[in-house]
Amino acid sequence: MKKQWIALLALTAVAGSGACTGGAAGSGEDLKGQTIEVVGPWTGDEQKSFEKVLAAFKAKTGAEVKYTPAGDELPTVLQTRISGGTPPNVGMVAQPGLVAQFAKAGALKPVSAEVEQAVTRHNAAVWKQFGSVDGKLYGFTFKTANKSAFWYSEKAFQQIGATPPATWDDLVKTSRSVAETGLAAVSVGGADGWTLTDWFENVYLRTAGPDNYDKLAKHEIPWTDPTVRKALEELAKLWGEQTLVAGGPLQTEFPKSVINVFGESPTAAMVFGADFAASVITKNTKAKVGEDAKFFPFPSVAGSKDAVVAGGDTAVQFKDDKATTELMKFLASPESGEVWAGLGGFLSPNKDIKSSAYPDEVTQDLARRIVDAGDNVRFDMSDLAPAAFGGTKGAGEWKDLQDFLADPKNVDGIMARLETNAAKAYVK
Amino acid sequence: MKRLSSSVDAAPGRSPRQAIPFLLPALVVLAALVLYPLVFSLIRSFFDATGDEFVGLSNYVNTFTDKRTLIAFRNNVIWVVVAPAAVTGLGLIFAVLTERIRWATAFRLVLFMPMAISLFASGIIFRLVYEEAPNQGVVNAVMVGVHDVFSPSSQYPNARPRSGYTQTEAGFAADAPAQAGDVIMLPLVGVNAQQVPAQALPASTPQAGAGELRGVVWLDVSLNGNAGKIDGIERGLPGIAVEAVRDGQVVARTTTGDDGRFTFPDLARGEVVVRLPLSNFELPFRGLTWLGESLITPVIISCWIWIMTGFAITFIAAGLSAIPRDALEAARVDGATEWQVFRRVTVPLLSPVLLVVFVTLVINVLKIFELVFVIAPGSAQEEANVLALQMWQVSFGTGGDQGAGSALAVILFLLVAPAMLFNIRRFRRERS
Repeated sequence: MKKQWIALLALTAVAGSGACTGGAAGSGEDLKGQTIEVVGPWTGDEQKSFEKVLAAFKAKTGAEVKYTPAGDELPTVLQTRISGGTPPNVGMVAQPGLVAQFAKAGALKPVSAEVEQAVTRHNAAVWKQFGSVDGKLYGFTFKTANKSAFWYSEKAFQQIGATPPATWDDLVKTSRSVAETGLAAVSVGGADGWTLTDWFENVYLRTAGPDNYDKLAKHEIPWTDPTVRKALEELAKLWGEQTLVAGGPLQTEFPKSVINVFGESPTAAMVFGADFAASVITKNTKAKVGEDAKFFPFPSVAGSKDAVVAGGDTAVQFKDDKATTELMKFLASPESGEVWAGLGGFLSPNKDIKSSAYPDEVTQDLARRIVDAGDNVRFDMSDLAPAAFGGTKGAGEWKDLQDFLADPKNVDGIMARLETNAAKAYVK
Repeated sequence: MKRLSSSVDAAPGRSPRQAIPFLLPALVVLAALVLYPLVFSLIRSFFDATGDEFVGLSNYVNTFTDKRTLIAFRNNVIWVVVAPAAVTGLGLIFAVLTERIRWATAFRLVLFMPMAISLFASGIIFRLVYEEAPNQGVVNAVMVGVHDVFSPSSQYPNARPRSGYTQTEAGFAADAPAQAGDVIMLPLVGVNAQQVPAQALPASTPQAGAGELRGVVWLDVSLNGNAGKIDGIERGLPGIAVEAVRDGQVVARTTTGDDGRFTFPDLARGEVVVRLPLSNFELPFRGLTWLGESLITPVIISCWIWIMTGFAITFIAAGLSAIPRDALEAARVDGATEWQVFRRVTVPLLSPVLLVVFVTLVINVLKIFELVFVIAPGSAQEEANVLALQMWQVSFGTGGDQGAGSALAVILFLLVAPAMLFNIRRFRRERS
């Protein structure tokens, strides 16, 4: 027991040294004896890392924090807990739609003024919108995902003397040269629908611009809009050439699409995927991230500016007692993020987390791109949409884009289907 | 003695007051765990997603107009028609056959083993069995192995000329015609340098004599912008069939040598089109897309059959051992063949057991969930959907419309109920 305490103190010392610049550092109040609960999606390694963050909070304030992992069933767990009258103190919600739903149902408490200040100080303005419902701030993105990265095999690129393409047309050109070597250019994890929505969102954000992106996310413009056609046509440039896409994309799940590129017998040179592709590479292949496996940001389409599609877990509070507010303050500060950043597998939109807090260059780069994109960051559109449209296996946008991958010539048919499904889902 | 037995007989019917305390615990549990959820689901199915607004039958109407649910219905029908009959049939065959062999118990044990694995784990196993890549999925590995014995795959799958050739059904035909005395340069791309056979020699440009057409096919690497030219390290591609076509007729045919060169020695005057037949570049046979939209339901049914056959065998074997031996022997003595014994004696005597097994399997099939959930990849889940999965998705997966989900649950209950009633009545009749 004593040893653990010493370890904890040491950890806090490390975390604390980075906190001075944070401003929102704790006021040193003693919350000893209080117990609060956090429900979040993280299990396994991520759970261990998050528990270290909570341990740092405990060392600082004395409050005991219990973490309940809910995995993919988080929405169901939270909903049940709320209707049962025993919500946790803090929840980590990946779907902004759910945050809005809880806020409108009166289950959430708006964040305190101090937390709001911290959020404003540490993040680009756009992040505040993600956590706001009807002008009130209910939460902030604690952990984010950079969904605008192409991972490529250094070996495959060296073979043809290619460099990471900066524009979409370059990407298509590079892809063709790769295909000349008998390797497919990209491996697409089309069995999972969300990978395809990420493809589309990145292209759409670049071709149609952030404003149209916001409108489409709210379904203020229909899916039959010319901007959607443009994005689908750009996508078809890559998906439509049989030799460019690795075989059987609709039966390939995301992890397998990554292994297709970095595994023993590669079938493709690039895979588009979020930052967490790195953990798939590390766990399932012998390739080293940063040496054999590198990434380049999603290329610019038709001269578009840097933009990032991000996902993330929003910290929200269901209670507003002192301990809960303190924890929210702690989570909004760079101090908490730096604890997890050092352990790996973590990105934060918090611009005051020092770059050196991230464990390696690749992660630093991924994090920097989110911060640098500033207000050109957009939240994953399919997470903003009603789940029936943007988050159901084999239905809605997922299924429609899978059909598009199977037949990239059918732009009109897919647009009509997307609009029909969207219209049905957004009415509810 | 006599008095005692009569008083026991009298007790149940005549004194309900006495029975109540004994029944009460069971009734409470039954009401709390079975009756209440049942009634609540029914009531819930008449309310909307939030549970506040009464919407009448609209959840049911929506259910029967939703395309996804209709596919689920269709699949459930396929399941009920195919799966229980197949399992009962297989169970009968195996039970009868294993009755005669010495290691019957061991054999049945092996066949029963899949029942001991959770459906979820079985699903994952079959997901791998039917994996499309032949180096991962065993079914496709076997198919490819057998196929390649009879027709080996082409040497340069997916290769193609860099430019100047148009793909037709017969092969890659040159856009520009050639004639005797010409030299054809034919750079191919799409081949990995490691795939080039070891005997390949460096490519070079041939010289054509009068009356002949020569050319070279080589693997063109565009490194440093040297596309379409032979740059010293590039090797010729041996063993590629080349055709000379005149007016749609093949007039000459040859194969490239180790240095990638080919020659058409005696071409008469006139122009020809050089063509590379598609057989050079055919993609290797990769087996079937088992987990694609068209085959997914049969694949999942096959997995279920694998699991449930052991169950059927156990029950049918038990029934079989209860059949009076003298009936079988009497038939044999009368000169019936084994087939006749099976058809006319064994099956009729077994039919009550077969029916129970069949009906139990029907109930089991109607609520099939895990296998579909695990085996079908997201892209094929709509095609593979069944009612139970749809119910779960509607209730918990997509924004949680538990009103519509309850409606589906009620429908599912109504479908299962006749089979249940049938089984219950059957048991009761047997007891009496």
